[in-house]
Amino acid sequence: MFWNERMETLKGKDLGDLQLRRLRWTVTQAGRVPFYARLLGDASVGTGDIRTLQDVAKLPFTSKQDLRGGYPFGFLAVPLREVRRIHTTSGTTGKPTVVGYTAKDLSNWAELIARNLTMVGLGEGDVFQNMVNYGLFTGGLGFHYGAELMGLTVVPSATGNTRRQIEMIEDFGVTAIHCTPSYAMHLAEVAGEMGATLETLKVGCFGAEPWSEATRGELERRLGVSAFDSYGISEMYGPGVAMECPEKDGLHIWHDSYLVEIVDPATGEALGPGEKGEMVITPLVKEAMPLLRYRTGDVTMLMDEEICSCGRGQKISRILGRSDDMLVVRGINVFPSQIEHVLFSLPEVGEQFMVYLDRIHQLDEMTIEVEMNRSTFSGELRDLHRVQEKIASALRETLGIRTDVKLVEPGKLPRFEGKAKRVVDRRGVLF
Amino acid sequence: MYWDSKIETMEREELERLQYRLLKTLVYRLYSFSAFYHRRMEEAKVHPDDVKTLSDVTKLPFMFKRDLRDNYPDKLFMATQEDLVRYHVSSGTTGKPTVVGYTANDLEEWTVSLARALTSCGLGTKDVIQVSYGYGLFTGGLGLHYGAERIGATVIPTSVGGTERQIELMQDLGATAICCTPSYLLHMGEAAEKMGVSIKKDTKLKVGILGAEPWTAEMRTRIQDWLGIKAYDIYGTSELSGPLFTECTEQNGIHIWGDFAYTEIVDPKTGEHVGDGEKGELTMTILKKEALPIVRYRIGDITGMEHEVCACGRTHPRITRITGRVDDMLIIRGINVFPSQIEHTLMGIPEVGQHFQIVVDRKHELDALLVRVEVKPEAFSDKITDLMKIKEMVAHRLGAALTVNVDVELAEPGSLPRFEGKAKRVIDRRKM
Amino acid sequence: MEHERYFIKQISVFSENRPGRLAAIAKAMEEDGINIFAFSIAEADGFGVVRALVNHPDKAYRKLTGLGFVVSFTDVIGVKMRDEPGGLYEVARILGEAGINIEYSYAYSGKEAAVLILRVDNIRSAIEKILAHGGSLMEAAAFR
Repeated sequence: MFWNERMETLKGKDLGDLQLRRLRWTVTQAGRVPFYARLLGDASVGTGDIRTLQDVAKLPFTSKQDLRGGYPFGFLAVPLREVRRIHTTSGTTGKPTVVGYTAKDLSNWAELIARNLTMVGLGEGDVFQNMVNYGLFTGGLGFHYGAELMGLTVVPSATGNTRRQIEMIEDFGVTAIHCTPSYAMHLAEVAGEMGATLETLKVGCFGAEPWSEATRGELERRLGVSAFDSYGISEMYGPGVAMECPEKDGLHIWHDSYLVEIVDPATGEALGPGEKGEMVITPLVKEAMPLLRYRTGDVTMLMDEEICSCGRGQKISRILGRSDDMLVVRGINVFPSQIEHVLFSLPEVGEQFMVYLDRIHQLDEMTIEVEMNRSTFSGELRDLHRVQEKIASALRETLGIRTDVKLVEPGKLPRFEGKAKRVVDRRGVLF
Repeated sequence: MYWDSKIETMEREELERLQYRLLKTLVYRLYSFSAFYHRRMEEAKVHPDDVKTLSDVTKLPFMFKRDLRDNYPDKLFMATQEDLVRYHVSSGTTGKPTVVGYTANDLEEWTVSLARALTSCGLGTKDVIQVSYGYGLFTGGLGLHYGAERIGATVIPTSVGGTERQIELMQDLGATAICCTPSYLLHMGEAAEKMGVSIKKDTKLKVGILGAEPWTAEMRTRIQDWLGIKAYDIYGTSELSGPLFTECTEQNGIHIWGDFAYTEIVDPKTGEHVGDGEKGELTMTILKKEALPIVRYRIGDITGMEHEVCACGRTHPRITRITGRVDDMLIIRGINVFPSQIEHTLMGIPEVGQHFQIVVDRKHELDALLVRVEVKPEAFSDKITDLMKIKEMVAHRLGAALTVNVDVELAEPGSLPRFEGKAKRVIDRRKM
Repeated sequence: MEHERYFIKQISVFSENRPGRLAAIAKAMEEDGINIFAFSIAEADGFGVVRALVNHPDKAYRKLTGLGFVVSFTDVIGVKMRDEPGGLYEVARILGEAGINIEYSYAYSGKEAAVLILRVDNIRSAIEKILAHGGSLMEAAAFR
């Protein structure tokens, strides 16, 4: 089933011509952003230099750090009054990255999600429970608008209260869910405890964090769903960049909206099909915030270009890792630099801290060990509690996640020579 | 500025003719297609043909919250799964919540009602609107989001929480309007000052769309003077679709779009109409609602009604500020909380007894809910950590059930007051 | 009144809840010939505060700090208890009626009497009330 069969199955010269036209438009649109005007000027590249799709290599890369420099509106190519929505995503330090959307962007985005959901077999009459954060996180409203466009019945349950989520699945006869794969594992566990069979469920769309084939098998067995991997990043629109079709062998890129390259993270050189590297995306239809060759930090590879039995185009493999140190905690992107930024701005934090990530009951838990600062110790237990609470709340404010803060004696934590490695990820792959 | 001047300034008589037509259609539809309403009308010995004028609405039976609860989750729905596009869920008094279904038309009506309302508050395409109501099952977030998007404003969907981040975004993204509970806005004002930010001087904020909990004229004056904004009251409940109606720039009552809802104010005891301006229980009939019809629904909020044409030119009737609740429901940070929910949750925790006390207070301008509960003697431990664990577990379970943060205090067995007859377990220390 | 006469310097030591921490503190005291009259441990999730009354608080502070411990002083009072039923009730009643909150307390058996160590939210007022009711307090001079 297709939502937009012509676009989804466009091939060969027709696709190439469309992508080239849209790439040229994007370069022009990006030129309205002072950052790009300067960058393109320095590189002496303009729309006229983009004559074939391969010419994309002439364009400069955009990094996450570049976006930080543009905070808040430096990357908008349209006046603010034409911006209908703002989402934010974690930045590399204290300030978030702002992403703007025009009305056209919002409708483009909803269509891409409608393609995702139609591709995995959903349509009118299906009841879709959207169990991810709403609000500034793009996962919630993104899938919500797409599902609504298709005429699905949407249960905007957002996150939290797993028992209630399960009751709703049973009471509303929910047929499809969207959440992180780790939350889905947790859901399966709690459903088991409650003796809930979740009989009506048939499709699970899982994304926002990497997961394995083993997890897919487990989720399909325990939830009774067909499980599909969904990929997106907020700097584009959000979810709706690529998704698996029922073949479950790679994610189809929505090739009319995103131009994907795989490059060597060290050299920036283009890599061919089958070669692992960092995914670089140039959006082709983004109005409010066009980007050129955005370095996603996600490691994947282009799959050999043979026609998928579903008839859609180019696929990437499932995400294999990160080329930088970004962490994904309960579906939220966290940079170690953000954590440092928060902790070192608090006087109660002593010389060192360590961050540990564990998976407990299928959920990511972040523990922060902080050395006490001698000069702020009052001798009272309740003041220590206050310090704990203050640190946890500062981290919650910036990272958007709950953490468990432990105070330790000064000198207990490791000291580093050279580059400090203060984050220890003990989660392993999601199995 | 009007969103739809033709409807909003329609002559009163014409509006009433329109209301009558919509009511008549609604009654026929319900009588013919809803088993529930058919039975109710039979019981009340009323036939759609008996509705000959708008005032004949009084012949129709009332509908109460319990009718929604008893028909959980969707027995009152008049739309098929294919036609339903959304569910919202509000917390109920005991185990099961109230479920509201929406057709595409229901969402459209809701959005239009808010587009008119936000326009009447002077907002439009140039505005940057921060929506700080909760997104998800609660109707506040998505409701205002769709309304603000419809008028062409820039929407920042911050949802609730992360107060410092909210203030940073308000400042950095130049928000001109915010939608949240009045107590949350006061809290933001305080938090901003702690951060060295004056909302009045350092931000572009000029409008607050405030509601989901009762507030007073004094609070309005304080918010307006302190934060340098115009603060407008917004009204609605999830059963009616969600937040729907606001004051206009005259700040003289909440405009209830007559083509959307037919409003009555009744004596909560007798069900008889009270006079214009007199206080009573708000009772509404939503005229075009498809998925979950609402007829003479006794909302439980106490208010009065004004029929005079407003100075803004809008002819639709207005209700005055909500002054209280008919029943004992508590509104904590915009979330409905029933003492029975707390009782229900505590019953399921073996470590605590059934005696408890609820203390509601306002701390740093935010509603704070404290539940004091007795620890069962057999669960008592001399290790503080064990007691802390019980406390945290109780707080967690209550928080999950009520969807608001709850502080828990553990009390010694036998130390909380006992009641004979009706327990008075709620101490509300909030000063309105 | 010279309230300070009755301000006893308690040392509070931050300690993680792991084996051997208390032993390390006790050993350090022993090495320097510091006598511990009384101590208590307040525990929380993963860490706690060891509170101790010693005969040479300043010396103890230097010693423990030198070993890397996080230490601070807290002012407490020591009430000499009558060795008869109702002694504790008497003290608690006096403070309770005066609206003074006891944050924590612990006790030790001294040479002449049992001593109740109290950390209260209003130390000056607590001293006045206890003395006014004929109670007897330890003097700080005993701990230098």
